[in-house]
Amino acid sequence: MLAKRIIPCLDVRDGKVVKGINFVGIKEVGDPVECAIAYDKQGADEITFLDITASHEGRGTMIDVVRRTAKNVFVPLTVGGGIRSVEDMHDLLRAGADKISMNSMAIKQPELITAGADRFGSQCIVVAIDARRNENGGFNVFIHGGRIDTGIDALWWAQEVERLGAGEILLTSMDADGTKNGFDIELTVKVTEKAGIPVIASGGCGCLEHFAEVFQKSNADAALAASLFHYGELTVGQVKEYISAQGIPARI
Amino acid sequence: MIAVIDYGAGNIFSIVNALEYIGCESVLTSDKAVIEQADKIILPGVGAFPDAMKKLERSGLVETIKVQAKQKPFLGICLGMQLLFEKGFEFEETDGLGLIPGEVRRLETNGLKVPHMGWNSVKIENPCALTEGMKDGDMVYFVHSYAAVTEDKYIALSSDYGGRFPALVHEGTVYGAQFHPEKSGNVGLGILKNFAAL
Repeated sequence: MLAKRIIPCLDVRDGKVVKGINFVGIKEVGDPVECAIAYDKQGADEITFLDITASHEGRGTMIDVVRRTAKNVFVPLTVGGGIRSVEDMHDLLRAGADKISMNSMAIKQPELITAGADRFGSQCIVVAIDARRNENGGFNVFIHGGRIDTGIDALWWAQEVERLGAGEILLTSMDADGTKNGFDIELTVKVTEKAGIPVIASGGCGCLEHFAEVFQKSNADAALAASLFHYGELTVGQVKEYISAQGIPARI
Repeated sequence: MIAVIDYGAGNIFSIVNALEYIGCESVLTSDKAVIEQADKIILPGVGAFPDAMKKLERSGLVETIKVQAKQKPFLGICLGMQLLFEKGFEFEETDGLGLIPGEVRRLETNGLKVPHMGWNSVKIENPCALTEGMKDGDMVYFVHSYAAVTEDKYIALSSDYGGRFPALVHEGTVYGAQFHPEKSGNVGLGILKNFAAL
């Protein structure tokens, strides 16, 4: 049976992990490669790097981070943030990334989704959707780290990215993100009903039960978390043991 | 020395990285002489069946592979595994390498999402050198929309995704993994170690 995936996400700026890490035995605390290795040892099913480097010059460091990680971590590696062209995708994939994640650029230049899928295969192309409830009970797509409301319907966009060639959706609820009150079940259910491609639920998890809940109440294929794992509140291993005990298929 | 055939298909660096990690020397090559001299050969591949066969033909390696695969340990990975069969039906009917009897058809998943992507468990059907140390229920990482249809005797590991399909096939010196051992954590590294030790 296909396992539900647990994916830790590392925010990286100028080649350093942004949030604090409480891992034991890490040589250099802020080194994303060391953190990725630690997550791999905890049993991460996949690892995501989100590059939040502001300057264009700093971007080259991400390639190096990916290259060093790919020499030491043998689970799929997804890289998002700052990808502006098929060449950028090529550089990251060549460095050892397995998937490329696009967010704002997918909205601004949807043809990049298709170009990437045609060249590297749909399985390489993830579209990240940041969604927030609007006053009509629907969900709007936000870009630029949740600062700009595009006015685009998130459910329509989920279907559209699939049509354009995306192989997976990373769905973040801006309403739930940071609350620790649990994943946004309503949003996740609605998007998984519309999308024929795998959906990764993100935003809002605060405890073990939240991971079980999102898999029991929606058809999410994976759950992603950053700070919960960053701060060592839970390990990836604990989450997988827990959901497995609840009867959810997991790779233990 | 393991020759990893470079014919312009897929993320071949992951395989080289994994081999390096387990302490195994490898070389990325499309050179006939290097392939002939290698102890073992790996045929990677991501993409579509017809395009990959065309690339192999253009590189002039089809005959070399057919001869060498019967003389030394040979491992096809993902699309590289599918190419081992007689025929593929992705987009159009295409002749494969014909090293293992069978053909490659679209996954029948009873309504489950295609591609089949993620970690799935395997079952040992016919143990072989590569399954040494494995147990039923071990999980490996798959990304594919097509699967081999072949006789049970060639199936070393099977998996199930809305229906049973071959995950690892074996015939003589030829092995083929539908999953990505280089992305399958310790289980995958174990399979690569077994291959390297042949």
